[in-house]
Amino acid sequence: MMTPLVEMKDISISFGGIKAVDHVSVDLKPGEVVGLLGHNGAGKSTLIKILSGAYAMDTGEIRINGEKATINNPRDARTYNIETIYQTLALADNLDAASNLFLGRELVNAMGFVDDDAMEAETRKIMARLNPNFKKFKDPVSALSGGQRQSVAIARAVYFNARILIMDEPTAALGPHETQMVSELIQQLKAEGIGIFLISHDIHDVMELCDRASVMKNGKLVGTVDVADVTDDDLLGMIILGKKPGES
Amino acid sequence: MEDQAKSMMDKLGLDARLLGMIGALVVIWLVFGFFTDWRFLSPRNFFNVSVQTASVAVMATGMVFVIVTRNIDLSVGSLLGFIGMTVAALQVQWLPSMLGLGHPMIWVIAVVAAILMGAFLGAIQGWVIGYLTVPAFIVTLGGFLVYRGAMWWVTKGQTQAPLDPIFRLLGGGAEGTLGETLSWVFGTIAALVAVGIMLLSRRRKSTHGFTVKPMWAEGILMAMAAGLIIAFVWIMNSYPIPRGAMRRMTEARGIEYTDGMVWNHGIAIPVVILLAVTIVMTIIATRTRFGRYVYATGGNPEAASLSGIDTRLLTVKVFALMGALTGIASIIASARLNAVDVGLGTLDELRVIAAAVIGGTALSGGAGTIYGAVIGALIMQSLQSGMASVGVDAPLQNIVVGFVLVLAVWIDIVYRRRAGV
Repeated sequence: MMTPLVEMKDISISFGGIKAVDHVSVDLKPGEVVGLLGHNGAGKSTLIKILSGAYAMDTGEIRINGEKATINNPRDARTYNIETIYQTLALADNLDAASNLFLGRELVNAMGFVDDDAMEAETRKIMARLNPNFKKFKDPVSALSGGQRQSVAIARAVYFNARILIMDEPTAALGPHETQMVSELIQQLKAEGIGIFLISHDIHDVMELCDRASVMKNGKLVGTVDVADVTDDDLLGMIILGKKPGES
Repeated sequence: MEDQAKSMMDKLGLDARLLGMIGALVVIWLVFGFFTDWRFLSPRNFFNVSVQTASVAVMATGMVFVIVTRNIDLSVGSLLGFIGMTVAALQVQWLPSMLGLGHPMIWVIAVVAAILMGAFLGAIQGWVIGYLTVPAFIVTLGGFLVYRGAMWWVTKGQTQAPLDPIFRLLGGGAEGTLGETLSWVFGTIAALVAVGIMLLSRRRKSTHGFTVKPMWAEGILMAMAAGLIIAFVWIMNSYPIPRGAMRRMTEARGIEYTDGMVWNHGIAIPVVILLAVTIVMTIIATRTRFGRYVYATGGNPEAASLSGIDTRLLTVKVFALMGALTGIASIIASARLNAVDVGLGTLDELRVIAAAVIGGTALSGGAGTIYGAVIGALIMQSLQSGMASVGVDAPLQNIVVGFVLVLAVWIDIVYRRRAGV
């Protein structure tokens, strides 16, 4: 059996006495898309922020490629080639696309100064691939449309050769055309062997894009199922009632 | 016609806000010039305004970073006083008794001590703000009181004077300038460097295949930059040194003084310091990772920390830098007065914040430029000097400056809303 790309084992985290994530285990294989489903507040975003280094877990273990990983901050996560597209996009609105794409990993010249021109050139290259209509390279991202902002956030995750990609509601703010673009991108990345955690509350998205789905409710894992084996209603039942299919 | 002018401005790529500030400055100068029989536009007055602006402007460049990261520093005026008093006591009492009066190292030790003291105290404030998460407003309000009190304890309230003769040169005055020849050399090099940087940047952009400004636009900008620098040097070199100071200086240099002899001031040393600070701070803001993180953190602190930026450590660094710049400003202010009393730096924090804000730094964070803050300081100083020279009394001066501050910020808010940024 293939070693999983990511194994999150028995993860727990509490905020002020509330167990946001309660002994949850999920895993992800190369070239696989795993959907994380659940209501708002079910703990899916919190779980994923532990993997991306934004929160430090209270107990549990993360294994990357079978080896124990220490992720204390976003920088650590990046060294494991974990990239995250946050629901809020996490863009600095006052900076342009290139500055956001390279934020925390700026290209510098021989003297150690930030090389804006080189970063803009790279940004133009990747944008030509992801969103050929994107032209506003000089404007702060606050001047961009929702879809354009989203493509900057996606470009940031894709540019640095992610092995593990976390997408938190990637299509929530998008129109049908851009949603289609994201779907195609997910297929393409999957074919390249990248593992993707897709957080969504849209069951159709999950049924269409994911191989497996892990459902959370009230901080606990309800269960993980192969999407091919279940129906929309089964997933809904897991989300709303917290019951695995077949249970009465 | 209007469209033509607009497209020309677009090609030049000049920032509308920068033009607005320069326009305001020119209007202020012309108005006060008119009411003072053009005395306000004399080389003498420009020299004085440039020297008086230096201290506040140096601090304003640091305040840009503080405000951009959504903080505030109310302690800089008191810190300036505390550092000034400590360093003055160092020169007047402590070092002469250790090294001997007039030792050539005294000014060096004083300068280094001022900058280190500022950086250290700033770092402590930054640590409390960043790591203990006490709001900057409160921490620096505390600093405002603590430093003013500490300043008194240094010498039990005694005024310290006179300062070390070499140290004094850092504050300007007849001797504290580059002199005519060096000023020309300085101006020529500065103009060449400015043109060279613009050419290099143009070449770098074309090698990446970006569209660049048309050559004529670039040419106009280069001519403007070089012209401004040369004009400034020319004005500073048109202000003759008064006779008394001339006698003193010729004597010191072993030249016989004759009645027809004319020496001009040239660029004052505090202004040279200000220019150096402005250039270094601009490079930090626009060309270093630290500067990029300052703006990113101000724009979206959460995004910055999710990108792996240590925003707490960044806060410490920003306040340490603010402190170091306050140290430099303290050197200029105390050297200019050649004395430090317990009132040194009073209300400076408000002048510094006003300069940064008039210069386009947004209190909501994420936006602000170094050159804007320097021009903001120049506008404030021009207003105050202008009002003093037309005989407006001090209380009314404060009232006017207060109104101008609010007006400037309101205009800035309207501008931002229109520009959609």
